[in-house]
Amino acid sequence: MAQVTFEKIRKVYPDGTVAVKELSLEIPDGELMVFVGPSGCGKTTALRMVAGLEQISGGEIRIGDEVVNNLPPRERDIAMVFQNYALYPHKSVYENLSFPLKLRKMEKSEIDRRVQRIAQILELEEQLPRRPRQLSGGQRQRVAMGRAMIREPQVYLMDEPLSNLDAKLRTQMRAEIGLLHKEIGVTTIYVTHDQVEAMTLGERVAVMRKGELQQVASPQELYTHPANLFVAGFIGSPAMNFFEGKIEVVDDGLMVAFGDGQRLRVDDAERDFAPVLAGTAGASVIVGVRPEHLEDAALIPETPSDRRLRGLVRLRELLGSEMVVHFEVEAAPVMTAETREIAADVDASTLTELDHMRSNRRTSFVGRFGVATQAVEGTVAEIAVSAGSLRFFDPSTGARITT
Amino acid sequence: MRKSRDQARVRTVEGSPFHVGRLLRWVVVIVWLAFLIVPLYWVAVASIKPQEDLLTSPPVWWPDNPTSIHFDQALNKFNGWKGLKNSLLIAFTTTIFAVIIGTAAAYSMARFRTGGKHLSFWFLSQRILPPIAIVIPIFLLFSRYSEEWFGIRLIDTQAGLIMLYTVFALPFTVWMMYAYFRQMPVELEEAALVDGCSRIQALVKIAWPLAAPGVISAAAFAFIFAWTEFLFAVVLARTEAVTLPVALAGMVTSFQGNLYGEASALTMVSLIPSLMLGILVQRHLVRGLTLGAVRG
Ligand SMILES: Nc1ncnc2c1ncn2[C@@H]1O[C@H](COP(=O)(O)OP(=O)(O)OP(=O)(O)O)[C@@H](O)[C@H]1O
Ligand SMILES: [Mg+2]
Repeated sequence: MAQVTFEKIRKVYPDGTVAVKELSLEIPDGELMVFVGPSGCGKTTALRMVAGLEQISGGEIRIGDEVVNNLPPRERDIAMVFQNYALYPHKSVYENLSFPLKLRKMEKSEIDRRVQRIAQILELEEQLPRRPRQLSGGQRQRVAMGRAMIREPQVYLMDEPLSNLDAKLRTQMRAEIGLLHKEIGVTTIYVTHDQVEAMTLGERVAVMRKGELQQVASPQELYTHPANLFVAGFIGSPAMNFFEGKIEVVDDGLMVAFGDGQRLRVDDAERDFAPVLAGTAGASVIVGVRPEHLEDAALIPETPSDRRLRGLVRLRELLGSEMVVHFEVEAAPVMTAETREIAADVDASTLTELDHMRSNRRTSFVGRFGVATQAVEGTVAEIAVSAGSLRFFDPSTGARITT
Repeated sequence: MRKSRDQARVRTVEGSPFHVGRLLRWVVVIVWLAFLIVPLYWVAVASIKPQEDLLTSPPVWWPDNPTSIHFDQALNKFNGWKGLKNSLLIAFTTTIFAVIIGTAAAYSMARFRTGGKHLSFWFLSQRILPPIAIVIPIFLLFSRYSEEWFGIRLIDTQAGLIMLYTVFALPFTVWMMYAYFRQMPVELEEAALVDGCSRIQALVKIAWPLAAPGVISAAAFAFIFAWTEFLFAVVLARTEAVTLPVALAGMVTSFQGNLYGEASALTMVSLIPSLMLGILVQRHLVRGLTLGAVRG
């Protein structure tokens, strides 16, 4: 086992594409680190450089204390799970699993013992004599995992190993990977563009965007203290609501004003997170609030009037345990490169909608309300904003306003 | 990629087919089969007809007393055995060289982009050159200059033909194997590298076995090409390195009178490898050739 260190790693493809810029990151021994980010942000490239499948253009990658830049993959003592599994089609499951061991000239009886054990863990015993193409998607995925797990490498590398599975199987395998990691505790780098996977699986999560590392932190930290607009928007589902506001200093504190004269009080916790907020008074800031921190004010009557906002209810979606309510607030929506990118990552229509909102100076909000909400579509509702839930970002840099 | 597959799919009109069309199909099939089988049948029967039955009119469709004398004569008295041995040696060696060199070249082009994007097509374009255009320069090279310049005798040698045929067979081999390696997911070899293979091991243990159907098709083509080539053989190998087609042609144009029986016998002999190959590899052949259609 070993830690993995990226030191100022760069990757420029022969066609000039800069896939990774100056990535510096340390993954301690035994950690499960998730790389997450929208498509094309360089996650796979970063992973493949650790594997030795991609030349490193600049910087140093170390596994343990050894610089591995120029080592071929087999001398790096790593195992990898590929997105399309890359099972050897001409070999049986047994041969697929035993292949890495055979190459290491392990004794036949020992190979057999290990294959049987892995097959038992992954419930593949009956599949051992079969060829990959005779397996279901889930079974293939497990064989791919098994082939990586069968030897005990220093580092596991996984490139979207679950993306080819259906939603149910994905959730199940995700939990299994988490359990397996807890059990064997080998340093793991896990690549995904699914932020739910990242949040549930990662001990720490590295958020990347356009080849640049945005933030590395625990899932909780990413969620509560995102470093910038991009991370704030990318982590969390449904995504954080953003709107443009202006900080105003009042006798006993700070208010944020927006749209048609609505104001929200900035509470103490929020000011603690952003002590310099008062300094931005008069200038516009980007305000973010997560859907789960919004609630139908009618359900919490004790909400003070300066922690309420008004919105026109557009759509209610009952999800059983909660009601997802879409509503429009009269406030300028935020159109930065980051929010556009996040919107585009969801789908193209989201982006068009964003453009439309911009011209109307209305912002579309999503709230996760209690099922008891009486908010009716087409009417204006009062919405309560939970304590400590507002986040503020600098519109020019996108960075969260902190100290 | 999805688009090209849709286009490749044969589009049909729903509804009951024309009956005329069905009839026509049978007519075409029967005429074509007759076109193919009657000469073959004639040759087969001629090879066992006694001499006096050969040129009768109307023809003898089945001899009353079949004979094997033509086979004996063709093989022993004329150049039959020699041609057979030469052809086998030349075709086998050519196949082995073409496949090894061609596969290696194709792999290098597919995986390391050797020669850039257009090299594989350039290889194939070699086949556009009409062979007859270079017969004379090659004859001169083989008969005079190879000996003068390099001290190697190539004219009328097996080595000379093997060399030449390998060069001729390579474009197709390279092109076919290139297509094969291109459609093979590169991750398979990457997985092998991570699992502990060296580059060479990944090639030998993963890429080659998976390319086997392609290799078999390519080999079949190289073999059949070398087995049937006539133009260069007749110019470059008259006596010692004489191949089966040349020996055969020698009988047909011989001054020794009517040798149709012997020629037919030798034709039958020369059909054996093609037939065996056809049966052996037909499944792979189809897969190898239609590879573009089944990817994805
Ligand atoms: N072989 C290559 N040659 C040139 N550019 C490449 C190559 N591979 C990837 N890229 C580019 O590098 C960037 C990063 O690609 P990468 O595959 O690492 O993204 P990713 O984060 O894994 O995306 P995804 O979530 O879609 O898998 C992209 O802009 C991509 O187009
Ligand atoms: Mg990727």
